[in-house]
Amino acid sequence: MVEEFNGLLTATVFLPAAGALFLLLFVKGDRNVRTFAVLIALADMVLSLVVFGLFDRSEGADRFQFVDQMTWIPDVGLNANFLLTVDGLSAPLVALTGLLGMCAVLASWHINLRVKEYFVWLLVLQTAVMGVFTSMDLLLFFLFWELELVPMFMLISVWGSGRKEYSAMKFLIFTIFGSALMLVGIVAVFLTEGVGTFNMVELSTEATMLTSAGLLIPLSGLFWLFFAGFAIKLPTWPLHTWLPDAHTDAPTAASVMLAGVLLKMGGYGLLRINVGMFPSQTDRFAWVLVVLGVVSVLYGAVVTMRQTDLKRLIAYSSVSHMGLVLVGIGSVGISQGTLTVTGLNGAAMQLFTHGTVTGLLFLAVGLVYEKTHTRYIPDLGGLAGRMPVVAVAMLIAGLASLGLPGLSGFVSELLVFMGAYTAYDWPTILAVSGIVLAAGYILWMIERTFFGPQRERFAHLTDASLVEAAPLALMIVTIIGVGVWPALLTDVFESGLNPMVDVLNGVINK
Amino acid sequence: MITEALIWAIFLLPLGSFAFSALVVRPFFNRYSLVSGIVTIGALGTAFAFSIWTLRSVIVHHDLNFEPIEWLEVGGATIEMGLLIDPLTAIMLVVVTGVSLLVQSYSLGYMEGDKSFCRYYSYMSLFTAAMLGLVLASNIIQLYVFWELVGVSSYLLIGFWHERPAAAAAAKKAFIITRIGDVGFLIAILYLFAKADEFAAAGLNAFHIPDIWQAAQPEAALGAVLGGTALTWLALGIFAGAAGKSGQFPLHAWLPDAMEGPTPVSALIHAATMVAAGVFLVARFFPVFEHSADAMMVVALVGAFTAVFAATMGLVMNDIKRVMAYSTISQLGYMMAALGLGLYAPAIFHLVTHAAFKALLFLGAGSVNHATGTFDMRYMGGLRRVMPVTYVLVLMSGLSLVGIIPLAGFWSKDEILLGAWDGSSVLDTWVNRVTFSALLAGVIMTAFYTIRMIILTFHGEFRGGVETELMEKAQTVPAGAADHGGVHLHESPLVMVLPMVVLGIAAVALGYLANPQWDMGIPKHWITGFLADGLGAALGLEGHGEALEFSWWMALVSTGAALAGVLLALVIYLRRKGKGADPLEHAGPLHTLLAQKYYVDTLYEDVIVRKGFFKVIAGTLDWIDRNLVDGIVDLIGWFFRNIGSAIGKFQTGQVQAYATGIAFGILAIILALLLAQ
Repeated sequence: MVEEFNGLLTATVFLPAAGALFLLLFVKGDRNVRTFAVLIALADMVLSLVVFGLFDRSEGADRFQFVDQMTWIPDVGLNANFLLTVDGLSAPLVALTGLLGMCAVLASWHINLRVKEYFVWLLVLQTAVMGVFTSMDLLLFFLFWELELVPMFMLISVWGSGRKEYSAMKFLIFTIFGSALMLVGIVAVFLTEGVGTFNMVELSTEATMLTSAGLLIPLSGLFWLFFAGFAIKLPTWPLHTWLPDAHTDAPTAASVMLAGVLLKMGGYGLLRINVGMFPSQTDRFAWVLVVLGVVSVLYGAVVTMRQTDLKRLIAYSSVSHMGLVLVGIGSVGISQGTLTVTGLNGAAMQLFTHGTVTGLLFLAVGLVYEKTHTRYIPDLGGLAGRMPVVAVAMLIAGLASLGLPGLSGFVSELLVFMGAYTAYDWPTILAVSGIVLAAGYILWMIERTFFGPQRERFAHLTDASLVEAAPLALMIVTIIGVGVWPALLTDVFESGLNPMVDVLNGVINK
Repeated sequence: MITEALIWAIFLLPLGSFAFSALVVRPFFNRYSLVSGIVTIGALGTAFAFSIWTLRSVIVHHDLNFEPIEWLEVGGATIEMGLLIDPLTAIMLVVVTGVSLLVQSYSLGYMEGDKSFCRYYSYMSLFTAAMLGLVLASNIIQLYVFWELVGVSSYLLIGFWHERPAAAAAAKKAFIITRIGDVGFLIAILYLFAKADEFAAAGLNAFHIPDIWQAAQPEAALGAVLGGTALTWLALGIFAGAAGKSGQFPLHAWLPDAMEGPTPVSALIHAATMVAAGVFLVARFFPVFEHSADAMMVVALVGAFTAVFAATMGLVMNDIKRVMAYSTISQLGYMMAALGLGLYAPAIFHLVTHAAFKALLFLGAGSVNHATGTFDMRYMGGLRRVMPVTYVLVLMSGLSLVGIIPLAGFWSKDEILLGAWDGSSVLDTWVNRVTFSALLAGVIMTAFYTIRMIILTFHGEFRGGVETELMEKAQTVPAGAADHGGVHLHESPLVMVLPMVVLGIAAVALGYLANPQWDMGIPKHWITGFLADGLGAALGLEGHGEALEFSWWMALVSTGAALAGVLLALVIYLRRKGKGADPLEHAGPLHTLLAQKYYVDTLYEDVIVRKGFFKVIAGTLDWIDRNLVDGIVDLIGWFFRNIGSAIGKFQTGQVQAYATGIAFGILAIILALLLAQ
């Protein structure tokens, strides 16, 4: 094994955790804690943007860049390594995590309960998620995957609202159930004769990939074990019911992180492991993914209509939108011809755009809740006159969510639909009709919350302050930027997905 | 010759004034919001000048083919942004910038003192920019992008006074109904993408609009990638989008409600942007449509049906803007029917003349509202004495709409009727006959509702305006009243009247472009030839250029029909005194049916959306989600909690009990082994 150490990714991943440790030991006073946390998040956001910016997207560049590789557990029957690296698939998601981490910390400015502890958990969460997106060793990946549960559980159950303990526990049990299945898969891969590695780079390279020979569990079994873990995280119908509860009862920052990046771990896992390591099975079961995806899209959208709690409404809309990730991956199921990267790229884009869009939605809803003390839609109304900045942010996020061109949501939807249509035309047409439902629930929500006559009891509301508006602005700039110039992201995603597509094409035309 | 940069500027100037108003004036200089109005008008004025220049360049056959810019390349899909400059584009550019410029100038007076003056101008700029982007697009995805942006800016403008529940609801309704049509449009794009390889094999780009035209040609030499039923479905998908934006039945229901926006917005929506986009879209893909007889038949019949259907509802409306709204839907039906019959140039010509007179009618309605505070014609009357200029202008544009020779509307409508009578070779005879009869019946009704509207508004005695309306209805403030401070009868200020005068001249004189009988500086049938040549040139084909020869006989028939409607309205309304019930109410149930808009809104909103979808479908799924999907989860949780405590009961800690268990277990194993042998 070649030891190399670039250091950039190690810094990006562990800076928040190191900051959290420092915070815990040395920083005193709520104000200092907040400022320090913001500085750490800012530094990590800059680092993550550096990773994204320096990533060499030109043709012929290395597939995996910024490699940090060291022996972790030497060859005593385990052979696990410390391997952090990014390719075109993960680099944008690292940037997304940096951006949303910053927003989450800023959105927590008014937290008053156990302040230090809160920010420690928030920063640890960021390290865990960064780790998931960058580790290319299955065991390390799994470690970060599990690490993320602890801070999120604490954030919901301590700083949440409503039935927070129930929701936190539900979130935990669902995810652990999926992780358990995934762990079986990981162990089975490692124990297979002639494999003996956790190295995901090797496992997703055609020459060294798993073949059906000598497996403990057949390839299809492994595929579904991993799929279960990721499908719960995504989440897809019918494994989604933890999401509305967790979102509704989580504090704003946790909702932002949960919807913005934690769900993306599911989509990322599907692309990285299911598509990347089991291409033949992805091709074989693409139709299942499309069916689950289309059901999630429509079912999620219809159920969204009925919601009366702002956060719950957005949570269900996430189910609908993450369904599109599955639909996009389903584009792999073309029966003939050459697979193009379009659908997969759409799925990856959907991860990024949904992260920013839903992040913005939750930020705006958080402000509404903070100021009006209610999220119950029938109690709201006429807020646009009182808080125009929040209204504009919500409107832009809503329009991006319903796929308005010029904003990021449109590009990912278009690519998903184009890719999937070539493989499954009628299911895709069904999914396309979901854009009407999306327009319905988004605009109706905005109408009931922000439009209509101003209400007496909201007469003293103030608009977002500068600290509150900063994360909104950060997200809006990203959403419009990606919407107007999507090539900024699609090119990077493409460089990461193209090697997978090449392998898939070998499988399809066999 | 105009340069590429200047053509882009036509679109970028209003976009820039949007950004300036929204990002600079509104946040930092809201006290000086007049600046946003001035900047918008300046940008549009420049854009209008460039549009005229573009038109001139097209007329003299400059080479205006520009290389598109690559916007996004993913996998096999290359999406470009470019300029498609042909006669259709050039004419639309002039119409859009011209009408928008006049409407923005008028708004300086109409919106004066509104606390959201700056927001108004930023939305209006965005609206115009989106429409211009749509018109200029050379790529179907680029077109779709601006298509949606037109939709969203109309959403923002219809819901401009968002504190009124009716406005917010109307905005949402407009967006959602047009989006239903957009699904069809989007699927058409997806279908093109699925064909991308075949396009590429023929050397074409599946999203480039002229390439799509080529691919639809039946001659293999030209491409012939699309054909048969697939071509029909493609065309119908595009038409679905067009029907949504242009308010064709059954997607028309949003348009009358869109009146909730400020009146100049209605003028813009109904004349140059939004609804014109649908007709433009079908015209843009006319070389695709014309190779599918089935698609053409659908377009013709939907258009003809809409023309009559909407006109009947226009007969009985009491709100002056609603009469005009139904009139717009009806006139859009004429344009669609014309396109369906293959009358490409007459349809666009009608779009142009309609833009002039309908914009003027709406601005006139706004002017009337400025004086009376209401839009309800039952509380108007007699206004011709206090606002003579508005009266004359509305009368002229009204007669243009009715189609009285020699006003502009006559020439364009006449060409459509004539074409419908002559018939199209593509369609069955019965389609031609049905369409013609419907359109002719429409002429009578158009004349009737227009004259009725003018009489109710301007003739007779004044019936009290908004103050009486509020007293009689004892209801909340109606649209417009709150912002224009009740009744003060007067002619509108010059800044509002001048743009109306300009439109008035256009509504009279635009017929000159058709110029069918006499050679007056421009050739006979100039506009028809100009548009059709553009279409032919793009395909390297002949055969779109045959102009219909003017027929005195047809002119007589259509004028007769129009006069019949006019006379009927005069007889019924002119001699009526006082404030009695509308004479049409004697028609009883028929009147109710029309006044209730054929119960279409009731069907859509109450039956389909509220009861069918929200209560039954969404309610059921929501119940399933809470009780079955999540219920199973909770059940599993309950199961494990209880199985835990159940099994826990066996863990008694008594060795004797364990030993008994072990003994029975061993016995059972031995028994099983024995049985297995």
